[in-house]
Amino acid sequence: MFAYIVRRLFLMLVTLFGISVIIFVLLRVVPGNIVDILFDAAGFVDPADKANLERELGLSQPIVIQYLHWIGGLLHGDLGYSYVSEKPALEEILPRIPITARLAGLALLFSASIGIPLGVISAVHQGSRLDYALRVVSLSGLSLPSFWLGLLILMASVSLFGTMPIFNPNPKTWLEALTIYAVPAMAVGFRSAALTMRITRSSMLEILRQDYIRTARAKGASEASVNYHHALKNAVLPVITVIGIEAAFLIGGLIVTETVFNIPGIARFLVEALRWRDYPIVQNLVMFIAVVVVVVNFIVDMLYAAIDPRIRFGD
Amino acid sequence: MRSVQALAVAVLSVLIISDVSRAAEPKPGGIFRIYHRDSPGSASIHEGATYSLNVPFMPIFNNLVIFDQHIAQNSASTIRPELAESWAWSGDNKTLTFKLRKDVKWHDGKPFTAADVKCTFDMLMGKSQQKFRQNPRKSWYEQVEEVTTNGDYEASFKLKRPQPALLSLLASGYSPVYPCHVSPAEMRTKPVGTGPFKFVEFKANESIKLTKNPDYFKKGLPYLDGIEFTIIPNRSTAILGFVSGKFDMTFPTEVSIPLLKDVKSQAPNAVCVVEPNNVSTNIIINSTAPPFDNLDIRRALALALDRKAFIQIMFEGQGDIGGTMEPAPDGLWAMPKDMLEQIPGYGPDIEKNREEARKLMQKAGYGPDKHLQIKVSTRNIAVYRDPAIILIDQIKSIYIDAELDVVDTAQWFPKIARKDYSLGLNLTGNAVDEPDQSFYENYACGSERNYTNYCNKEIEKLFDQQSEETNVDKRKKLVWEIDKKLQEDVARPIIFHARTGTCWQPYVKNVTIMSNSSYNGYRYEDVWLDK
Repeated sequence: MFAYIVRRLFLMLVTLFGISVIIFVLLRVVPGNIVDILFDAAGFVDPADKANLERELGLSQPIVIQYLHWIGGLLHGDLGYSYVSEKPALEEILPRIPITARLAGLALLFSASIGIPLGVISAVHQGSRLDYALRVVSLSGLSLPSFWLGLLILMASVSLFGTMPIFNPNPKTWLEALTIYAVPAMAVGFRSAALTMRITRSSMLEILRQDYIRTARAKGASEASVNYHHALKNAVLPVITVIGIEAAFLIGGLIVTETVFNIPGIARFLVEALRWRDYPIVQNLVMFIAVVVVVVNFIVDMLYAAIDPRIRFGD
Repeated sequence: MRSVQALAVAVLSVLIISDVSRAAEPKPGGIFRIYHRDSPGSASIHEGATYSLNVPFMPIFNNLVIFDQHIAQNSASTIRPELAESWAWSGDNKTLTFKLRKDVKWHDGKPFTAADVKCTFDMLMGKSQQKFRQNPRKSWYEQVEEVTTNGDYEASFKLKRPQPALLSLLASGYSPVYPCHVSPAEMRTKPVGTGPFKFVEFKANESIKLTKNPDYFKKGLPYLDGIEFTIIPNRSTAILGFVSGKFDMTFPTEVSIPLLKDVKSQAPNAVCVVEPNNVSTNIIINSTAPPFDNLDIRRALALALDRKAFIQIMFEGQGDIGGTMEPAPDGLWAMPKDMLEQIPGYGPDIEKNREEARKLMQKAGYGPDKHLQIKVSTRNIAVYRDPAIILIDQIKSIYIDAELDVVDTAQWFPKIARKDYSLGLNLTGNAVDEPDQSFYENYACGSERNYTNYCNKEIEKLFDQQSEETNVDKRKKLVWEIDKKLQEDVARPIIFHARTGTCWQPYVKNVTIMSNSSYNGYRYEDVWLDK
């Protein structure tokens, strides 16, 4: 087990190194840089001014030197300066992380707390009206784009209540704070909840057909015990995998949700930074997201071991 | 009985009058909440070329002179003193001298003096040690020989030749005076001004906050305690925010005509105005390479345009047809209608124009059996893309099959500069309704923003002639002649001039949206909220 963890940690470092190279190179392969964009807004390019600015921002250096400079800074906690705001990148990124973390956490919580129980109910009542209704809900969850759902929620909110849950950095009440995050979290988590529900359902159906379930029933175990103690515990493994993957994919959904609900989190910030080719922000943010994804995957792997003792890591 | 009635009428009249006067009495206080369409690249107006910067940051500054903030049509006659108490032209019209106010302080407490004026304009002319990261309006001051000071409260602009337009350029929202003691880098992040509002914070992609300047030199102003801009790039969310009352005003001139209907239906009490914004949608043609190096094909293209159809489709009829200068009545320098209709392609009979265009195409070797294949390049933004698609449809009628080539913003200008296009759809905004700004910037030989490299020395002589002309009527005639010639030369065919909407809640008072520029009307010093 220990050797497995060490191996996984080593793999994590190699993966992160690979990602850092890919991000760095890809960003510079994409045509145009911050200087092009600044001058585009001005409607002309003065070659001398452009060269000066590129030199000032360190963009005229060879790409390898730029990379080493970035990684060297990163290892010392220096993320560089945003080209646009001219503030330290860390100062720009840090305040936005808790906002997105809260939103993502709530979305995942919503996804798991709705998706798993409904999946179990749907499987247990397979073929019933309830099962069909829940399957329709889950299908619609998979089909509705989160930006459209978000807009629909906003429009309904304005039309029904005359107000809308738009982001406020200093909510006055806990209810306001909850509304600010819960509504967009539901919008983005709906798709994820639908997916979780479908995976839970199919996994449960497979487990419920197993011999040991029949044995449990034959031994007189209650339906609740069979479903939740014997079946769900075994059915939940693929669900955890899906939730882990969804956590990684959530950032994609959050980009549109943060835009629609005007939440100043890292997802929207990343898109804006990319639009401006603000390399220090994009590089560090993507690295941060990569670290989160890699760590979440690592945790999921560890959870496997904790939940299913049959899993042995080959040491 | 009659005397009782008379008394009642008198009392009622007094009550009504007092009520009206009370309603008109500005109420101090309140935060003016506006949504912003995007996150500006910096806070330095001098380094920007978009009104996304002027709207939130103009309230921080003052100019030497400014267009009257309550007259929608900017003109020389609406220029008012601001940091200057007065101004005077020398007898030879080559020196413009400003007497400055003595009671002005920068937001950090330092006194404002003539040295700040000299610093600002020296930096704009590229003559100072400190440099702007970008200086998009350097060409505005091409005719300024030097800026001199006489003591602390007098500054003079010495010109190479007379240029009456200089005063209008100085009155633009793009011409604030910057402090000498604050570096350009600081001005990009924490601007210091003399204006009615002080900078509080600018959180990229989030918000911009300004607070009242209690030491503003105009006593009793501003009325507002502050202004808050919430950055909402998603237009639907922003409009919903306005409709639900989260915002007091939409971002100026950002509500499209179709959206305006939605706003009015959902917020019937909102005050909405539709004004031209002096932005033309035009075609840029690469005349240095085939096929558009052929004048006949360029002329055919100009003849194929059905401008009314563009306006009908995009603005439900609320747009204007004109030349380079903004059309009348809001534009000051527009060609008269009869003169405009004489220009090929502007005549009302579209079918006749297109018939003529087809003949020119056939002369160039194209016809029903041999279509010309081209690409129409444009930026990947709806206001660019939509007219480009209509253009592609219209030029099919003259044997041109075009494909839309959408270009990322970061690549648009480099592509145009490389001449890597044959036909482009472009938008040109004018900060001031002033021929000098428009002609020199967009059509002068060698100008950086003359994307098509159109160069006609004869017309350039006329540019100088109109620029020096102090008689407005004579100047207008010269401007019309130039504009007509530019259209006939197919230098940069103008398709239409847009109109856009702005809405605010009924309790917002003293907002005026300018009708011939989107860049000059955001000082907000006497805006108040009747709440």
